[in-house]
Amino acid sequence: MAYRIEGETGAWEVVIGLEVHAQIVSEAKLFSGAPTAFGAAPNAQVSLVDAAMPGMLPVVNERCVRQAARAGLALDAEIARVSVFERKNYFYPDLPQGYQISQYKRPIVGEGHLDIDAGEGRRRIGVERLHLEQDAGKSLHDRHPAKSYIDLNRAGVALMEIVSRPDLRSPEEAGAYLRELRSILRHIGACDGNMQEGSLRCDANVSVRRPGGDLGVRTEIKNLNSIRFLQQAIAWEARRQVEVIEGGGTVAQETRLFDAARGETRPMRSKEDAHDYRYFPDPDLAPLELSDAWIAEVAAGLPELPAAKRARYAGEHGIGAEEAARLAEEPETAAFYEALAAGRDPRPAANWLLGDLSGALNKAGLGLADSPVGAAALGGLLDLLADGAISGRIAKDVFAEMFETGRGAAEIVEAKGLRQVSDAGAIAGVVDAVLAEHADKAAEYRAGKTKLLGFFVGQTMKRTAGQANPRAVNEALRARLDGG
Amino acid sequence: MSLDKATVRRIAHLARIRVEEDRLEPLAGELNAILGWIEQLNEVDTSGLEPLASVAGHGLPMREDKVGDGGDPDLVLAGAPDRAGDFYAAPKAVE
Amino acid sequence: MAGPSGPLDLGLAAARDALRAGDLSPVELARAYLDAMETAAELNCYILPTPERALDMARAAGARLAAGEGRALDGLPIGIKDLFCTEGVATTAGSRILEGFAPPYESHVTENLWRAGAVMLGKLNMDEFAMGSANTTSHYGPVASPWRRADDPAARLVPGGSSGGSAAAVAARIALAATGTDTGGSIRQPASFCGVVGLKPSYGRCSRWGIVAFASSLDQAGPLARTVRDAAILLAAMAGHDRRDSTSADLPVPDFEAAAANPDVRGLRVGVPREYRIDGMPPEIEALWERGIEMLRDAGAEIADISLPHTKYALPAYYIIAPAEASSNLARYDGVRYGLRVEGEDLDGMYAATRGAGFGAEVTRRVLVGTYALSAGYYDAYYLKAQRVRAAIARDFAGAFERVDAILAPTAPSDAFAIGENDDDPIRMYLNDVFTVPSSLAGLPAISVPAGLSARGLPLGLQVIGRMFDEETVLRAGAALEAAAGFDARPAGGA
Ligand SMILES: [Mg+2]
Ligand SMILES: [Zn+2]
Repeated sequence: MAYRIEGETGAWEVVIGLEVHAQIVSEAKLFSGAPTAFGAAPNAQVSLVDAAMPGMLPVVNERCVRQAARAGLALDAEIARVSVFERKNYFYPDLPQGYQISQYKRPIVGEGHLDIDAGEGRRRIGVERLHLEQDAGKSLHDRHPAKSYIDLNRAGVALMEIVSRPDLRSPEEAGAYLRELRSILRHIGACDGNMQEGSLRCDANVSVRRPGGDLGVRTEIKNLNSIRFLQQAIAWEARRQVEVIEGGGTVAQETRLFDAARGETRPMRSKEDAHDYRYFPDPDLAPLELSDAWIAEVAAGLPELPAAKRARYAGEHGIGAEEAARLAEEPETAAFYEALAAGRDPRPAANWLLGDLSGALNKAGLGLADSPVGAAALGGLLDLLADGAISGRIAKDVFAEMFETGRGAAEIVEAKGLRQVSDAGAIAGVVDAVLAEHADKAAEYRAGKTKLLGFFVGQTMKRTAGQANPRAVNEALRARLDGG
Repeated sequence: MSLDKATVRRIAHLARIRVEEDRLEPLAGELNAILGWIEQLNEVDTSGLEPLASVAGHGLPMREDKVGDGGDPDLVLAGAPDRAGDFYAAPKAVE
Repeated sequence: MAGPSGPLDLGLAAARDALRAGDLSPVELARAYLDAMETAAELNCYILPTPERALDMARAAGARLAAGEGRALDGLPIGIKDLFCTEGVATTAGSRILEGFAPPYESHVTENLWRAGAVMLGKLNMDEFAMGSANTTSHYGPVASPWRRADDPAARLVPGGSSGGSAAAVAARIALAATGTDTGGSIRQPASFCGVVGLKPSYGRCSRWGIVAFASSLDQAGPLARTVRDAAILLAAMAGHDRRDSTSADLPVPDFEAAAANPDVRGLRVGVPREYRIDGMPPEIEALWERGIEMLRDAGAEIADISLPHTKYALPAYYIIAPAEASSNLARYDGVRYGLRVEGEDLDGMYAATRGAGFGAEVTRRVLVGTYALSAGYYDAYYLKAQRVRAAIARDFAGAFERVDAILAPTAPSDAFAIGENDDDPIRMYLNDVFTVPSSLAGLPAISVPAGLSARGLPLGLQVIGRMFDEETVLRAGAALEAAAGFDARPAGGA
């Protein structure tokens, strides 16, 4: 059902557009050779260009351009054959040049889209543009009562700004869009998607209107650094706007900040002068021209995207839609799953990954990358299960041991003598002994109380310390009991 | 187009250059003279002409994604008028 | 006045040969220049002489020459316009705002020069951020030309600008040659005023890396020297591709000296643009131009009347484009990372106080014009319009160069004027660049060669403009003019 805010005067629809700043994965900055790694000592990753020393000039990083083109292609968007770097001029201490090199009139990527499913089926969300720009440095306001301290490590790092159409209609859709965008960028390796470290930042433009009516005045909520905060902020802001309008007021077009502690938005203290960024083409940088051949080469290098993976897992692999989505969201999970499922039955592979392994990792507070049980090791366990060498119950114990010790499944099974007994002769001997011991019950079974089969299975398994192959036990029991 | 005092004040603020109050009026005069002279550009029929931003005569060269700079805070901080440890310091601006 | 012949009388090529022959040592030559610099200190050509560095460099050059490992410019003492960043040596751009700034890096052009063995005499005065045509906007005071008017010998004259210190130093023989930069005429106009050769190469010929930016789409470094050949030798060392400048041309550096040494213009088609005959052009400039035409014709060139219809609009277009770029290029001087800071009541107050105190009147004027031209609502009317006019000007030249190989024009519309003259009238000052700005907008190479004296006994230059990256033809035609003009007048002042 469509998301609506029930006001005193009726229902309201929320209209949301997102602007996402994604830090591009690269070794060096967009226009300089300084490194981009997170968490370095202050001003330790600053070149003369980044510090805007007199006479220093920008030279664009090919990989950053490539990453933006990859992202554009992944969003099914047109890659501009000619795009232009412009200067956005404003003064701020963490903007050393006094301008940000960005793309304005002619971005590298034009219209694209991505599909989301926030519980109402698949919806296509428009992407208006994607452009390349420099990040600013960091101002620390809490180190000194009257001064800001400036760290330029981040100044000049490459960002992609990805602007959606105002096509989103609920906090959940906004969350789904951001999650899907993040997933795509992570799959293609263009952005690490780390919202805590600021690798992915989101601004939300929010307005409300009568369902299907004219667009309302929008506010922009800045710097939402988690999907949860994004959703909370939108819900709160939309509700606030409804209250303002229903109270007879008008929504002011303004920039707001989300106060996560209070769960509400408040206006940013805006400067009195309206922004006049005086964009113009950067005379240090000729227009960026990309050839069809270059774009084709970039396209050919794109990996399978999460949507295609989901479809393949659900289709070819017969995995449920929800599980398929979980497997495909993070590239590490997908890679693990594909390694695990290669040459094996996909369904137990998915179940073990999403079930036992994920559970154990969660409990241990570990990520998949740090898992003590890798795909090959888990595959070894699955193979023993598939071969009937161990039972499902034993497999759980073996897995626990593997997770704890990092040892291989076969090694554990051999060392502990956990190999399942499938040998018909051996099992027949045990079955005979069980039937002899419980001759009375065997007679009852033969008289028609076939429910007792389970009892005999249990007894047989007990005598074999769980190592007998349950199917072989079943067959042996049936042969004796049913066959006369 | 004619600049008045208020416009000069606004432009000076945009450019972050202090202009004393008694200089605004004369400066408006100077700028108006220059801009008035520039307005002869309107005599030129430029329809069909693309704005020419660069005469470099070649496209945009790109650099390889390789780290070769940074790593020396002193190099960039040495000339700072107000240095606080390995930070630049500036009067506080709160967003 | 010219005294008995000494080391200062040797031009660059001659000094080079004397050093190689061992007739003169680099230290002797450097000392001669350093002494002359002291004698001529009142011209205010140097913002910062660097005698110790000069002697160190001279000694190193001497050792190489003695070992038979001499390089292209080994031991040749030159001055550097203070727009070039020089490692560990204060670099001011003629502005107070760079007070205390000593770059931790060397510009590509000067690095090339030092690698070739040149000796740095010091940093030369200039208009603040290269904005000026008289060298009167420098925070470090005006430069006086060594030339004097015959009719008023007491008047101190401007050397032209913005490379005024460079031109005056070469004319006064307190630098064997000098680097300059040219954005709209800043090498050629002072060369004309001071009776020296000045060459603005094609845009992209010399790397802009490490040169304090004025207007990025126009700025070009080039040489000022006594002769066309000397300029060619210096340019050959300055030029070359630099991957750190995205606008640097990835082209081999031709043998410029060979081009300058071959003043054969037979069959060269030389265009004379009729639109350069502007209203109010002094008759002596027109006469000089006519003489130049005759000289080239006599040397075998084919003279053609050509049309560059948008010439008149080059100057106003320039005075939008250059200030617009400058307004952004100069935003980095904000009192945070280097240079001057003047505290204010808050952050914006600090910015405004720093920049208000750090920038002089002309820089302020241009930054304000540029800011206005880019601001909301005016961008299309001013900036885009100016760029469209720029396209028209470039198209004019492209059309002309289908018919001719070079263009001959005066360099400046007058001889040198007195210090203080024109200072109160920006537009009159801007008109100094009327003949140099069009080729700057088109990115073309152009040389100014001293070709005669005005009625007041002051030098006048003629300009040859060439096709993009065809400095060789420019040098060839320049050398032909030089040979024909036989300009040998010397200024009264200087060493
Ligand atoms: Mg934005
Ligand atoms: Zn942005």
